[in-house]
Amino acid sequence: MGHELAYLSLALYAASFVCYAWILYAPQLWIGRFATVLLAGGIVAQYFALLERSHWTHSVPYDDLYGSMSLFAWLLGVTYLGLELFHRQRSVGAFVTLVLVAWTALITLIVPQAASTPPPARGLLFALHVTLNTWAYAAFALSFVLSVIYLVQDWVLRSRKMSVAFWRFPALDVLDGMARSSVYVGLGALSMGVVMGLIWEHRLSGSYSWADPKVVVTLAILVVYAAYLRLSRSTKWRGARASVLCASNFLIVLFSYTFVNLYLTRFHRYL
Amino acid sequence: MRPSRIQVALIGCNHRTAPVEFRERVAFTPEQALHAADELRRQGILEEAVVLSTCNRSELYGVASEVQPNITDAMELFLTSFHRIPRGELNGRLYRWMGPDAVRHLFRVAAGLDSMLLGEAEILGQLKTAYGQALDHGATGPVLNKVFQSALEVGKRVRSETEVGARPMSVAFAGVKLAERVFGNLKGRTALVLGAGTVAEQVVEHLRNRGIGGVRVVNRSYERAQELARRVDGEAVSWESLDRVLSAPDILVTSVGGAGPVLARESLEAALAARGGKPVFVVDLGVPRNVAPEAAGLYNLYLYNIDDLGEIVEQNKKAREAEIPRAEAIVNEHIAKFESWRATLEAGSIVDDLRDHLHQHREMLLREKLAEMPDVSPEERARIAHITEELIERVLDQPAKRLRHGGAIRGRLGAIEALRHLFGLDEEKAGLEGEEKLGREEEEGN
Repeated sequence: MGHELAYLSLALYAASFVCYAWILYAPQLWIGRFATVLLAGGIVAQYFALLERSHWTHSVPYDDLYGSMSLFAWLLGVTYLGLELFHRQRSVGAFVTLVLVAWTALITLIVPQAASTPPPARGLLFALHVTLNTWAYAAFALSFVLSVIYLVQDWVLRSRKMSVAFWRFPALDVLDGMARSSVYVGLGALSMGVVMGLIWEHRLSGSYSWADPKVVVTLAILVVYAAYLRLSRSTKWRGARASVLCASNFLIVLFSYTFVNLYLTRFHRYL
Repeated sequence: MRPSRIQVALIGCNHRTAPVEFRERVAFTPEQALHAADELRRQGILEEAVVLSTCNRSELYGVASEVQPNITDAMELFLTSFHRIPRGELNGRLYRWMGPDAVRHLFRVAAGLDSMLLGEAEILGQLKTAYGQALDHGATGPVLNKVFQSALEVGKRVRSETEVGARPMSVAFAGVKLAERVFGNLKGRTALVLGAGTVAEQVVEHLRNRGIGGVRVVNRSYERAQELARRVDGEAVSWESLDRVLSAPDILVTSVGGAGPVLARESLEAALAARGGKPVFVVDLGVPRNVAPEAAGLYNLYLYNIDDLGEIVEQNKKAREAEIPRAEAIVNEHIAKFESWRATLEAGSIVDDLRDHLHQHREMLLREKLAEMPDVSPEERARIAHITEELIERVLDQPAKRLRHGGAIRGRLGAIEALRHLFGLDEEKAGLEGEEKLGREEEEGN
C-alpha cells in the first residue's frame, strides 16, 4: 500500500506541475486552483505513505535515506503550499513542483524503499528534532528556488529580454517577501530542532557534542541565514545581493545534508 | 414564436474599409443607435437589431423574421437614408456578412482581432454597452442575445487564455507594467513626475488606475506643475525642492524638455541611499534623455528610456500577433457552438412546421373520408381522429430526435433545408402570411 501511495503522490505532484506550468503561459484561474488542489492531494497521499512507514518504524521515518528524503519532499510541499496561500501567489508553483517531482521521482524510483530491520526507538524529542531540522532544510530549499527566480527576473528586467513567462512571474518585491518568509520558517524550525536535539542528547549522555561537525555546520547555517535576514533589509544588500546570499547559503545546507551526514558526523548518519 | 430560419446579417465599416471622414458620418450616438434599432424593426427590415458604433467602426447587426437574400441591401439602404448619405458614396466602404460569416466577424471584433490595436480591451466594454442598451430597450431577441452573449464570452476567453491582450502596447502602459514587475501591487506606492509631458500624464493616469498612493509633480514652471497636479490629483512641488523630494518616490517619471540630463547619477545615488536602498523605478520619457545613462548601473535602480519602452512595445506587438491562431481557435470553437444551437433551434422549428402541415392534411382527409361514411358513430370518429394523430406523432418522433441530436451540424442543417424543400414548407408559410397580410389590409380598408 505504501508503494501505491508513493506513486500516487508522485503522479499528483507531476499533474500539479503541468497545471502550474500551464498557467505561466495561458493563465486561467480554475487551472491555477486545480494545480493547488492537485498539490494538496499529493501532499495528503505522501503523508499517508509516510504514516504507513512510521507505523513500521514506530517513529517519524527518518532513519534511512529513503524515509528522510520522503520527509524532506513532503515538508517542502507543505511549506510551499503554506507560502502560496499566505502570499496568494501561484506563479512560482511550476518551479517548486518541478523540484518536488524530480526529488520524489528519485526517491520513489531509485532509492530502495525497505530497510532491513526496524530502527531502534529514540523517543519523541528525537523525532521532533529530526522532523524540525528536515522542515528547516525544506524551507531553505524553497528560499533557494525563490532567490534564483528573483535573480533571473532581475536579470530579465535589466537586459530587457522579456519572454512570455516574464509577464506572469511574480514581482521582485513578492519574490523577496516569499523568500524571506521561507527563511523565517526555516530558521524557526532549525532553532527549535537544534534545541530539541541538545536536550535529547543531554538527557541521554549528560553532555553536548559541540565539536561534532554536524552541530558546527548547523550552527553556521543558523548564522548565515540570520545574516541574510538582517542584510536583506540593509541599504547595500537589499535586493539581488541578498538573493545571491540566500542562494549561496543553501550550498551549506546541501553540504550539511549530504557530505556532513554521510562522511563527517558520528551521530547523524542515515546509511 | 420560434423562429423557423435563423440568419444573422451584418453591414458596417471600420478603420480598414473607410477613412475617418466617412466613419464620422455613419457614427451613431447611443440615442441614435437605439432609435435606428427601433426603426429597423418598425420598418420590418429586421426582427432583432443591435447597432455598434465606436470611433473605429459602425455596424448594424440584425436578424430578419424570414430568410431574405437581399436583407443586407435593405440594411444598407436604411443606413444611407438614416445618415442622409448618397448610396454612390459608399463605394465599397461597407462590408456585408450573412450567417456564420457575420457571427465570425462579431466574435473577432469581441476578441480584439479586428481592432486597430490588436487585442485592445476597450472594444469588449463598448460591445457590452451597445448590447446591454439594445437588450434593455427590447431591440434584441433570442438569436442576437445568444450571439452577443457568446461574443462577450469569446472576448473574455481570448483575453484570459491567450496573450493577445496581455502585454502592454503603449509606451505609457509598458512603463507601468514594468513597474509592477518590480513592486507587484502599486497600491500605496508613490510617484514623482518630472516635467508635464503628455506621455508622462498618461503614465500617471495608468498609475492612478492601479491605486498608486501619492503623486508629486515637479516642473520648471510651477504653474504648469500645479495644473498637472490638479489633473492627476497630486501635489505640485517647486523645481528648487527637487533634491529634497527625490528620495521619496518608488516610481520616477521624467519628461522634461531641454538639452542634457536633468538628473545626474550622483543625485540618484544619493536618493537611493537616503531611502535605504529600496528599489526605484525610473521611466525617462525625455528626448534628449533626462536621466544620465550611467545611472542605469546603480544598484536597485531600474531605468527605462523611451527607446527601451518602444522596443518592449514592439516585442509585445509581435508576441500578440503570434497568439492570433490561438485566438482564432477560440472564435471557431464558439462559432461551432452557435451553429449547433442554431441547428437545434431550427430542427425544433421544422418539426413544428411539419407537424402543422401533416395535421392540416389529416384534418382535410378526415373531413373528406368521414363525409363518405355516415354510419360511423361519433365515438368511432373520435377514435379514428385519435389514431391518426398518434400516427403523426410516431412518424415525427424519430426524425425529430435525429434532427436535434444526430450527426454533424452541417449535415443537420442540410437535412433541415431538404425537408423544407421536400414538403414545400416555406412556400406554404409564405402563402399563409400573404393571406394574413391581405386579410389585415382588407380589415384596415373596411
